[in-house]
Amino acid sequence: MPADAIARGFRRVGNGTMRAIARAGFATRFFLAVLYHSPAAFHRLQLTVREIYFAGVLSLVVIMVSGLFVGMVLGLQGYDALNKYGAGDSLGIFVGLSLVRELGPVVAGLLFASRAGSAVTAEIGLMKTTEQLSAMEMMAVDPLARIVAPRFWGGVISMPLLAALFSVMGVFGAYLVGVRLIGVDSGTFWGNMRAGIEFWPDVTNGIIKSTVFGIAVSLIAVFEGYDANPTAEGVSAATTRTVVGGSLAILALDFVLTVFMFRGLGTV
Amino acid sequence: MTAGHCGPRKAADTIDSLFFAFLRPLHDASTPRPEAAPACAVANAIEMAGVSFGYDRRRPVLRGIDMTIPRGKVVAIMGGSGCGKTTILRLIGGQLRQQSGRVLVGGQSVKELTREGLYALRRRIGMLFQFGALFTDMTVYENVAFPMREHTGLDEPLIRDLVLMKLHAVGLRGAAQLRPSELSGGMARRVALARAIALDPMLVLYDEPFAGLDPISLGVVGQLIRQLNDALGITSVVVTHDVYESLKIVDYLYFVSDGRIIWHGTPEDVRHTADPFVRQFVDGQPDGPVPFHYPARPYVEQLRAG
Amino acid sequence: MNKATIDLWVGIFVTIGIGAIVFLALKVGNLMSLETKPSYRLEASFDNIGGLKLRAPVKAAGVIVGRVESVRLDPKTYEAVVTLRMDDGYQFSKDTIAQILTSGLLGEVYIGLEAGGDPAMLADGQRVAKTQSAVVIEKLISQFLFDKASSGPTPSTGPSAK
Repeated sequence: MPADAIARGFRRVGNGTMRAIARAGFATRFFLAVLYHSPAAFHRLQLTVREIYFAGVLSLVVIMVSGLFVGMVLGLQGYDALNKYGAGDSLGIFVGLSLVRELGPVVAGLLFASRAGSAVTAEIGLMKTTEQLSAMEMMAVDPLARIVAPRFWGGVISMPLLAALFSVMGVFGAYLVGVRLIGVDSGTFWGNMRAGIEFWPDVTNGIIKSTVFGIAVSLIAVFEGYDANPTAEGVSAATTRTVVGGSLAILALDFVLTVFMFRGLGTV
Repeated sequence: MTAGHCGPRKAADTIDSLFFAFLRPLHDASTPRPEAAPACAVANAIEMAGVSFGYDRRRPVLRGIDMTIPRGKVVAIMGGSGCGKTTILRLIGGQLRQQSGRVLVGGQSVKELTREGLYALRRRIGMLFQFGALFTDMTVYENVAFPMREHTGLDEPLIRDLVLMKLHAVGLRGAAQLRPSELSGGMARRVALARAIALDPMLVLYDEPFAGLDPISLGVVGQLIRQLNDALGITSVVVTHDVYESLKIVDYLYFVSDGRIIWHGTPEDVRHTADPFVRQFVDGQPDGPVPFHYPARPYVEQLRAG
Repeated sequence: MNKATIDLWVGIFVTIGIGAIVFLALKVGNLMSLETKPSYRLEASFDNIGGLKLRAPVKAAGVIVGRVESVRLDPKTYEAVVTLRMDDGYQFSKDTIAQILTSGLLGEVYIGLEAGGDPAMLADGQRVAKTQSAVVIEKLISQFLFDKASSGPTPSTGPSAK
């Protein structure tokens, strides 16, 4: 009966919305709890340092190699397009702005979500499945303070550093392609770039963006791990949600931040 | 010997009990069992009265559970799979809160404890999880040292001695540098046991300690449960469905079915009772109060329909 | 992975990360130190500032000597009043001319200063007296058409320049 089907459809949508809202509420309380327990993560600095190693240092290779390749492609494509308007000399500023403002934070963020985010989710999810989190609770040690908060802060601290390294490698890659390969004048390349990129707002906004992305991805990663269904499929689904959710969050936040940050430029 | 477990344990008490417990060989059956000599008012380690609980409020897992577990005893909670035995342990440990009834541990109501109170209580409870739940990123040594490092201010040399003592008690002192992934199931269970007693708790909860073990490990774990209970003067609650091992070591048994306690008694009573559920369980009969067939339409009817 | 190795790698990571940020700030961007150097303010009013943006450079002989700090409209004279933040190291005479110029044909708009010969210098808060507004393309075109139209039968008087 169509009326039945429609009613069922509505009920499903309603249920789904209620569940989504409840989950969002739980996630917010979780985030506040993680912040509340954060001082503990810094008292035992060794825990956080360890997580910076696993999130940041182990992502170095991926980030830097990707940065290099993205920079090289930017150099090639950018020169190709700019040259049509006789603006080949602007390659430096084109590459620099693209990387520092957008590509550095966003692409590094996406890579970070896939590599480090999924690893953290899987780790916490697995600890939940094997009852290690329960065991810790029963030993009167709060897993939020000991396991979750250090991983959150490890991600937040690593992200801006990785984004900056990505941008630097990108500029270097574009330099290799533009100056060494294509023959753009080295002085023009660097000079135009320096003239066109301001520390404020370009570089600082890039840092702010990457920090915000770091907070979003790390939060999603630890939350999905903590909330995962304690089964094999549950952990796998949670890892997927981290990568997908983290990536979407980065892109959405990028839009919002860009509107706020760069809307003001060029107006009086 | 061991001082009363009502007040906070002092370091001197800990060292006393350790000295007594572990420098005497545990496998020596002629060693007389020491009396658990509490000198305090609370006679029962755990009391549950009229406890009801359900993960989903509409379908209660436990209905009106009444249980009394006296100090110093080893008590088994038995029943089929999924009947709520682990839920009882979680209620005792405060991981879940009952919807009605009282759960008293050491005279305190668990539900009404503050967070600090709950954590203080948990420092006096040790729990052995099914399959051990060892921290996989640490060695055996670090696993056992974990509660000591977190909760005591003892310095490393003293912790080292204590960890080695605990591992010696479970027979795994030589495995201290191995990682959990390198241990067999039985060994992992024993390390988890050493970790559970790391802070000399007053109460140890065992969640299916016998599940999936070979016969030798079964015997070892069973003996450890009994001997540690007597040597440390603690109370032990063992959730299991291994009848044979339990009857060898426990003082009292509770049988849970369908969310209720349907029988309780001593091992002697178990051997002689005529209660159909207990008989089916203990004798391993395929059909009885717990039916063999999952509810379905009459057989002939279903065949005819298809 | 023991503690010392982890600490070492994290230290390296944080160092090169911060180094990358510093590199971006100094070598890729230009960390304009003008904000930290001592400076003073000048004002100039224009009929039309054209495409002049905030933080546009103020140049004399092609050298950046300051930045546009703010722009507002004078409600009485309906002229644009531009505040310039000038580097303390450069003083300009009272008869300096401020012009709104474009670098290249379609480049960025900036303010060019041409110093005069007056021995007295402009002080903090004073106004540049002589200004030249931006060249607005539409006005140029309509001027051209007007010229063309009026260079018909009757001789044109020519538009007055300001």
